[in-house]
Amino acid sequence: MPKFFNSKSKQLEGDIDGFLDRVTTAGLIFQEGVKAYVIGKKDKFEKNYKDITDLESDADNIRRDIKHKLYTYMLIPESRGDVLGLLETLDDIVDICEKVLEQFSIENPEIPEFLKSDFIELSELSSKTVEEVVKAARAFFREIGMVSDYVNKVHFYEHEADDVEEHLKRSAFNSDEIKRFSHKVHMRYFAEKIAAVSDVAESVAERLSVYAIKRRI
Amino acid sequence: MLTIIFFLSSGLFLGWSLGANDAANIFGTAVGTKMIKFKTAALICSIFIILGAVVSGAGASHTLGKLGAVNQLAGAFIVALAAAITVMWMTKAGLPVSTSQAIVGAIIGWNFFSQTATSMSSLYKIIGTWVFSPILSALFAFLFFHITKRIVEKSRIHLMRLDSYTRIGLLIVGAFGSYSLGANNIGNVMGVFINSSPFKDISIEGLFHLSSIQQLFLLGGIAIAFGVFTYSKKVMMTVGSGIFKLSPVTALVVVLASSITLFLFASQGLHDLLTSLHLPAFPLVPVSSSQAVVGSVMGISLAKGGRNINYKKLSQISMGWVATPLASAILAYVALFFMQNVFMQSVFQ
Repeated sequence: MPKFFNSKSKQLEGDIDGFLDRVTTAGLIFQEGVKAYVIGKKDKFEKNYKDITDLESDADNIRRDIKHKLYTYMLIPESRGDVLGLLETLDDIVDICEKVLEQFSIENPEIPEFLKSDFIELSELSSKTVEEVVKAARAFFREIGMVSDYVNKVHFYEHEADDVEEHLKRSAFNSDEIKRFSHKVHMRYFAEKIAAVSDVAESVAERLSVYAIKRRI
Repeated sequence: MLTIIFFLSSGLFLGWSLGANDAANIFGTAVGTKMIKFKTAALICSIFIILGAVVSGAGASHTLGKLGAVNQLAGAFIVALAAAITVMWMTKAGLPVSTSQAIVGAIIGWNFFSQTATSMSSLYKIIGTWVFSPILSALFAFLFFHITKRIVEKSRIHLMRLDSYTRIGLLIVGAFGSYSLGANNIGNVMGVFINSSPFKDISIEGLFHLSSIQQLFLLGGIAIAFGVFTYSKKVMMTVGSGIFKLSPVTALVVVLASSITLFLFASQGLHDLLTSLHLPAFPLVPVSSSQAVVGSVMGISLAKGGRNINYKKLSQISMGWVATPLASAILAYVALFFMQNVFMQSVFQ
């Protein structure tokens, strides 16, 4: 019986780690994709977009598999709800990363030179929040005391992202270089979309800090 | 034979109610939180309760025997019946009742009725142990809680693996707890019948020996196991999700601390070892598993910084030390009177 318990647990441990790896990768591909688009490397961007689409469906499958196993084998009855909630919201991050690249691919926004650095910085900060929230999630599984450290970092980067987003939007609307109002609105729209990644990461971090309190022995 | 079974029935009934109530102290949280299936818990619990009763049940029973040697089967029937009714009545009133306290009261009731002197030294030893056992449990739980917390935090063990280790731990500790419960509490159920035991020793080819007392304890153990299978699930579900809301890991600590307490007050081997080393040995006295558990939960509350200490529960426990034996003694006295004068049965020699 102990072997049975252990093998299932180890399998799930691997599945969860695999899922978390994919979330981190999604954040990185997202960052690279935005950068590639902004600096005009369209081929690289399309490759990033394809990669993230594959990754998104892959992450979905793993999450469903974990859910199925947790219920079938009656594992972690106490924290099952929290763990599934955590994985679902982390999956939302992957979804939104994919959606943003999809919007770039469909709408082909025209990024003026003076906004490029802001867009790149914003995507970097958003990706950073994803990286830190995944670390917080790993800590939730292994080292509960560390969760708050990573959650603080998520808050920090999200705040930074907010600042850059605001700066980007102000620059767009105050600029004479962008002639059409619709173009300014388009820039605002993409700034908000990219920043939304960090917002979702922050809400996952909020959940995590509550779960961590509940899980303390 | 029918008379014997009839007279033993009150003890068996007491055993049944002990199984129904006390198994939940050991496997309650594990089953209530769905960490262990009820059937698995009931099977392990029953096997180890019977083992504990037959192998090391003698020590604590002996102390009860010293308190008052009930020497007629009809008397023993009434003593066990009075205890069983007290337990039922207190359980209905929602008080954390203990069969140990009920049976001690009933024995004293018999002593009064038969005008046998109650051994005050035994009585003091028993009452002292009742007060001491929840405190000891609390100390163990306090200590184990800190150790477990440290291990879990330092080892960076994954939640999934912690879950599977906790399940295994709950099974092992549950088995140990059941053994200790059987060893410590069988005296409550069958102890009063020892002096009037109708059984003969069985010996097969010198390989297998079962004394008359062990046969009595086996029967009592089976009655407890029957209580576990037929009724304890309901109690376990209440414990798991009701009064003591514990996480599986803290449940493990609580059960371990309580089981060790029960074991210390039941193990003849440990008693002999400590005595041979000229160390103070634990008196072998039937204690209450429910109160040991309440003690452990308090210990954990203290370890967490003293929040959520349930003072109402504490006062209920100390009330139980007095109220349960008193109620049971009065009931036994009255019932013995009826048995002797209405049913014309001799209740003492």
